[in-house]
Amino acid sequence: MSALESRDLAAFRGDRLIFEDISFGLAAGGALILVGENGAGKTTLLRLLAGFVPRAAGQLLWDGADALEDLAAHGRRIAWLGHQDAVKPGLTVAENLDPWARGAGERRAARETALAAMGMAEFAEVPGRMLSAGQRRRVAISRLLLADAPLWLLDEPTTALDVASVARLGAVLAGHRAAGGMVIAATHLDLPLPEATRLSLS
Amino acid sequence: MAFLTLLRRELRLSYRHAADSVAVVLFFLLAVSLFPLGLGPEAQLLSRLAPGAIWIAALLAALLPLDRLFGADFEDGSLDLLLLQGLPAAGVAFVKAVAHWLSTGLPLLLVAAPAAIMLRMPVEGVGRLLLSLLPGTMILSLLGTAGAALVIGARRGGVLLPLLVLPLATPVLIFGTAAAGAAATGIAARPALLLLGAYLCLCLPLCPLAAGAAARAAAE
Repeated sequence: MSALESRDLAAFRGDRLIFEDISFGLAAGGALILVGENGAGKTTLLRLLAGFVPRAAGQLLWDGADALEDLAAHGRRIAWLGHQDAVKPGLTVAENLDPWARGAGERRAARETALAAMGMAEFAEVPGRMLSAGQRRRVAISRLLLADAPLWLLDEPTTALDVASVARLGAVLAGHRAAGGMVIAATHLDLPLPEATRLSLS
Repeated sequence: MAFLTLLRRELRLSYRHAADSVAVVLFFLLAVSLFPLGLGPEAQLLSRLAPGAIWIAALLAALLPLDRLFGADFEDGSLDLLLLQGLPAAGVAFVKAVAHWLSTGLPLLLVAAPAAIMLRMPVEGVGRLLLSLLPGTMILSLLGTAGAALVIGARRGGVLLPLLVLPLATPVLIFGTAAAGAAATGIAARPALLLLGAYLCLCLPLCPLAAGAAARAAAE
């Protein structure tokens, strides 16, 4: 089982220090919620954990080894849900998901399971431009399931979701953790993540 | 594996936005047909200018779709996903360059012959023109990818792009027209073609590396 450990991470945006001395540990099945006001650095920390933002100091360890040494290999460990949904208006929902599927199994079955988990099963052939903001978000969440990655990094995952979809997201996250996955989410709102550690940025 | 999956995605996107490729081809044909209008229909003059006219039109046409090459993926958040696919950033950029060539360079290559004949280019020169355009359009796709990656997120990227790419493309234009017009000028085509090949060999590793580094910097 894998484990993620952060030791005294710090990051700059331009010449402004956004945060420093961020330390936490996350074991298989664990969840971490990043809280803090606007501009506290939640997104920056998520992007640092994904290898996008360079770290100014500290260490990020994956199973005890430096995680950011090989960014391509680190990318395969990550399923990413950013501010934006990355849903192309010109492609159908199925075509939007398929390129990002990394699992070994049958692609179509995996996609149908992932869409069904977010209640989007009947939308597979609908073009992205026909979807509402909440539906696009649900497609983006389905993409997490296809990424076949142990570490999920989520930036405001509940944006534009209705109550029923937030409950579905809760079930998806619980399933991922039950299978030994890890979740790190930045949020202002309550997330359906029971027994999650909270990390406050200020 | 990831390489082919991403290439298939790029090609599907260009297929869905086929109007972009059609616009490139139409722009090329229009630009070429402006030469007889501006210079007069005299066959001898046109056939002498044909290689240069076609090369310049191809150069400008290849620039057209470049600002969407990374721009669309940057704006909707797909660029982050691309960089997490397990390919090095340079690999992602190489996929983009291949997709640009297949959706822009290849169609240009296909319509270059009729355009050359329209400009009264001797038929035996057309083959040499296409032979010079083959590596030439590949170089343009590679240079264009590097330029497009550099202007990701820039406010006036579309204006900045030609300013970045065109100076780097001047050797392509010089050797390309030299090879294509060799019959008319009496210079051997082989050295010019070899120099084009050498420039392609230089761009093949360097442009994706530069584009990958620029894309990573943009993702910060």
